[in-house]
Amino acid sequence: MQDPTGQGQEHPEGHKYPEGHKWETVIGLEIHTQLATQSKIFSGAATAYGSEPNTQACAVDLGLPGVLPVLNEGAVRMAITFGCAIDAEIAPYSVFARKNYFYPDSPKGYQISQMELPIVGVGHMDIEVDGITKRIGITRAHLEEDAGKSLHEDFHGLTGIDLNRSGTPLLEIVSEPDMRSAKEAVAYMRKIHELVRYLAISDGNMQEGSFRCDANVSVRPKGQQAFGTRTEIKNINSFKFVEKAINYEVERHIDVLENGGRIIQETRLYDSVKDETRAMRSKEEANDYRYFPDPDLLPVIIDQQLLSDIRNNLPELPAAKKQRFKTDYQLDEDSATTLTSSRELADFYEAVVKRSGCDAKLCSNWVTGDLLASLNRENLDINAAPITHERFADLLARIHDNTISGKIAKQVFDEMWRSDASADQIIAAKGLQQITDSGEIESIIDKIIADNLDQVEQYRSGKDKVFSFFVGQVMKQSQGKANPAEVNKLLKAKLSN
Amino acid sequence: MSLTAHDVQKIAHLARLGINAEDIDAYANSLSGILDLVAEMNTLDTEQTSPMAHPLNQVQRLRADVITEVNQREHFQALAPQIEAGLYLVPKVIE
Amino acid sequence: MYKKTIAELAKGLRSGAFSSQELTQTYLNRIRQHQSLNCFITVTEEQAMAAAITADKRLATGDAALLTGIPLAQKDIFCTQGVKTSCGSKMLDNFIAPYNATVIEKFNAAGAVMLGKLNMDEFAMGSSNETSFYGPVQNPWDTTCVPGGSSGGSAAAMAAHLAAGVTGTDTGGSIRQPAALCGITGLKPTYGRVSRYGMIAYASSLDQGGPMTRSSEDAAIILQTMAGFDPKDSTSSEQAVPDYSVGLNNSLQGLKIGLPKEFFTADLNSDMAATIETAINEYKKLGAEVVEITMPHLKMAIPAYYIIAPAECSANLSRYDGVRFGYRCKDPVDLTDLYTRSRGEAFGAEVKRRILIGTYALSAGYYDAYYLKAQKIRRLITDDFTKAFTEVDVIMGPVTPSTAFAIGEKSNDPIQMYLSDIYTIAINLAGVPAMSIPAGFVNNKPVGLQIIGNYFSEARLLNVAHRYQQVTDWHQRTPKGFE
Repeated sequence: MQDPTGQGQEHPEGHKYPEGHKWETVIGLEIHTQLATQSKIFSGAATAYGSEPNTQACAVDLGLPGVLPVLNEGAVRMAITFGCAIDAEIAPYSVFARKNYFYPDSPKGYQISQMELPIVGVGHMDIEVDGITKRIGITRAHLEEDAGKSLHEDFHGLTGIDLNRSGTPLLEIVSEPDMRSAKEAVAYMRKIHELVRYLAISDGNMQEGSFRCDANVSVRPKGQQAFGTRTEIKNINSFKFVEKAINYEVERHIDVLENGGRIIQETRLYDSVKDETRAMRSKEEANDYRYFPDPDLLPVIIDQQLLSDIRNNLPELPAAKKQRFKTDYQLDEDSATTLTSSRELADFYEAVVKRSGCDAKLCSNWVTGDLLASLNRENLDINAAPITHERFADLLARIHDNTISGKIAKQVFDEMWRSDASADQIIAAKGLQQITDSGEIESIIDKIIADNLDQVEQYRSGKDKVFSFFVGQVMKQSQGKANPAEVNKLLKAKLSN
Repeated sequence: MSLTAHDVQKIAHLARLGINAEDIDAYANSLSGILDLVAEMNTLDTEQTSPMAHPLNQVQRLRADVITEVNQREHFQALAPQIEAGLYLVPKVIE
Repeated sequence: MYKKTIAELAKGLRSGAFSSQELTQTYLNRIRQHQSLNCFITVTEEQAMAAAITADKRLATGDAALLTGIPLAQKDIFCTQGVKTSCGSKMLDNFIAPYNATVIEKFNAAGAVMLGKLNMDEFAMGSSNETSFYGPVQNPWDTTCVPGGSSGGSAAAMAAHLAAGVTGTDTGGSIRQPAALCGITGLKPTYGRVSRYGMIAYASSLDQGGPMTRSSEDAAIILQTMAGFDPKDSTSSEQAVPDYSVGLNNSLQGLKIGLPKEFFTADLNSDMAATIETAINEYKKLGAEVVEITMPHLKMAIPAYYIIAPAECSANLSRYDGVRFGYRCKDPVDLTDLYTRSRGEAFGAEVKRRILIGTYALSAGYYDAYYLKAQKIRRLITDDFTKAFTEVDVIMGPVTPSTAFAIGEKSNDPIQMYLSDIYTIAINLAGVPAMSIPAGFVNNKPVGLQIIGNYFSEARLLNVAHRYQQVTDWHQRTPKGFE
């Protein structure tokens, strides 16, 4: 995209802005998300990450003489799925174009992309920042092929080129310049990230570059209508860096402008180590991409049947799911937000509720509490949780049927985290089953009363607080296994005698 | 329409095409001639005509998303001017 | 036996009159004997003999296809696995194709024998075969003359009986124009009829491969093998392929021939015009009806073509960058140097000229004035054809404005060279099929008659050509020294 945000009007040259002048930041994002297809967008080579260099670059990906592209249906379906999810119009007729530029990671000397007629038209995404909901416009989303990778480790002063990534399908999602702070930009990026994962159209893996963005940043005096000159920060691959890069760039713009300078429209790179941006050398000269329709590919026609098929099979989207969780499971806002933050976590939660037969709130407390805390501690994703939803549900079921107390359950949970044993196996092996037999509890109480006559006296003289001392003693004696309700009831009866 | 030597150099750079300095004028000359030939198009009013990119009125066929290719790196890299550790080597890329 | 038609050779192979090995050896000997024509870039002698042995076994077991054991040669634009595929360029002088073009796969499956790879204009850009890195090809009818281009090696090889049949490709006339200048039969099929996979691209929306043969009957046989849908080529057509031989003898009674008045102007040499007229009269005798038609936008074909083809080629040829295959300059100091010198040193002047024009036409600020305008004119030209075919069955006219010109005569004047394709280019823009068949001689040099048909009407074209070849013998003439 050459000028997707339409920003470009310049500040009046030589105008000196007073220090402390109020500035408004304007941000537009171009998010590139790799689509989770098996094969490349125009060839039958695998898209798997992390293979030996150039082992997944077939004749088409290498741009050998005579080869031709054929479009992957999976990529088209995924693009449409995304379009449906952001309420966008799906183009009934879209066209692939060649974007011409020479670079060693672009083997054909052009990238197959979409220019005039993208597959996904105008849509939107709502974000929430500091409790305020804001609608961010999405200009378009188009399909294109990813480039290869340049490896800058030193090969005797040369650069190595790996074309495994060449031809991996990308969906480029272009926003309107609607964001007014780095925080909003991050919130938007997170929402898109959540969405593509919900839709299962991308693994969203940012370390592996499956989800990355270019940020178009400009500032203007508050109240001014025209946009300031923008700069584009390329290839940012973490939420944290997006925020830092934008903040740095905004500061830089303001600094330059307040000192009477002017912003040059250019492409910049964010250096996370130095926390600064710098102009990209390779992009110094103005590009002239010479887009034209790719004659090797024909117009893509989306028929109504395919479209309604995809629309009807669209998974429940995050906002709808959250609302349903609040209604169906009577969850509070925070819990519902947490549980629907990823489709996998939401699915895990619902599977647990269903299987355990427990109160939905109890399940929510356990999932958002112990489970997420443990996952966070070990920096694991829900998919990598060492306890499956079945095992987890069976643990909660034992609380529900009074086999164990919540407190004991935490002990069992820790054990399950470290082993493959089921909750029942651990409860049996460690003898953790709750004592509900009142006879057994009574005999423990009797012994404690006999050993602590002073405290009994205190209780009977009105010191109610001593009651908890007795509860503690009973639980201690029973190694926590005594049913707390039963203990309370029996203690009250015995002590008042 | 005539192109100057400077125009030719600009276009040649865009196309990454080395042209000997002594040939530039000849190219400017022949390219200008071609543009004159092509200028005849302007005698035709095409306001109401839609552009045609393909001779056949066909639509793009979609390929099933399946992996059909196997690793042929050695086979393909036998053609490469310079490789190392499975990578194609080029002069240093500066971002 | 090298003068026999493919059908006759197939019969001989089956009857045991001769083996594929004998036949192949005969052609290989002729190729060596007539090396000075410079028809071949590569002769694959060993592979040919090995293929002939396999073919003979297949013939012996009765498991042979029509082309089994028939020695053919391929334009060096088709990728042939394990064999140099140069496209007539220094850029690919070291390129041993790592895969087969779909067309080559089809010939291999049929058991055809490949004698070698044929000379051509560099990347198919040229009308005289003089832009080839491997030097010009001589026209067997007059060795001081060009054979035409870009499939010049193909046409000359057929005229000199160096193969039983050959392939060519046609982007603006590259099958028909050399076929006309060398007195052979050439067919450019409907765009999308023959797979372009593995056929090195010049201008993707115009390129089409096809047969170049001694006769229409042979063209039908070769096209039968080449044609068909290819899942690897998005632009290939899914239309069923008819039997091209079955209707060859159909009557031409009532055939409606259109003669566009735009073809018969002062640009056409009067001797040429007279030859074409004689041929048309022959058709009248065969029962055809002739009407004059008008195709007002034909004259715009050359301007539109010289934007569209260069624009597409400027992108198609960007992959030749000295990184993964092909020519790389010595000791590049940086990336730009690697690109500009590799491309500057390995592409010839005509290729560079077209890349430059195409780059210019697509560059910022010029796209609408050139590329978009040309695409609109392409529509108007196509509409002319569509309209014409509501009135007539086929269109006839000349293939070239003159007979073969001398080597060197036009090589320094690109515009004059471009004008030699004046009658062929519009056909590629529209994407319809067309043939060139021998129709006589002017000053002892062959003249071609062009027969243009509606989309996917190849069978009809072959029939129309065949019936003419039943009543004339122009296609059976052999140049002196090549009998």
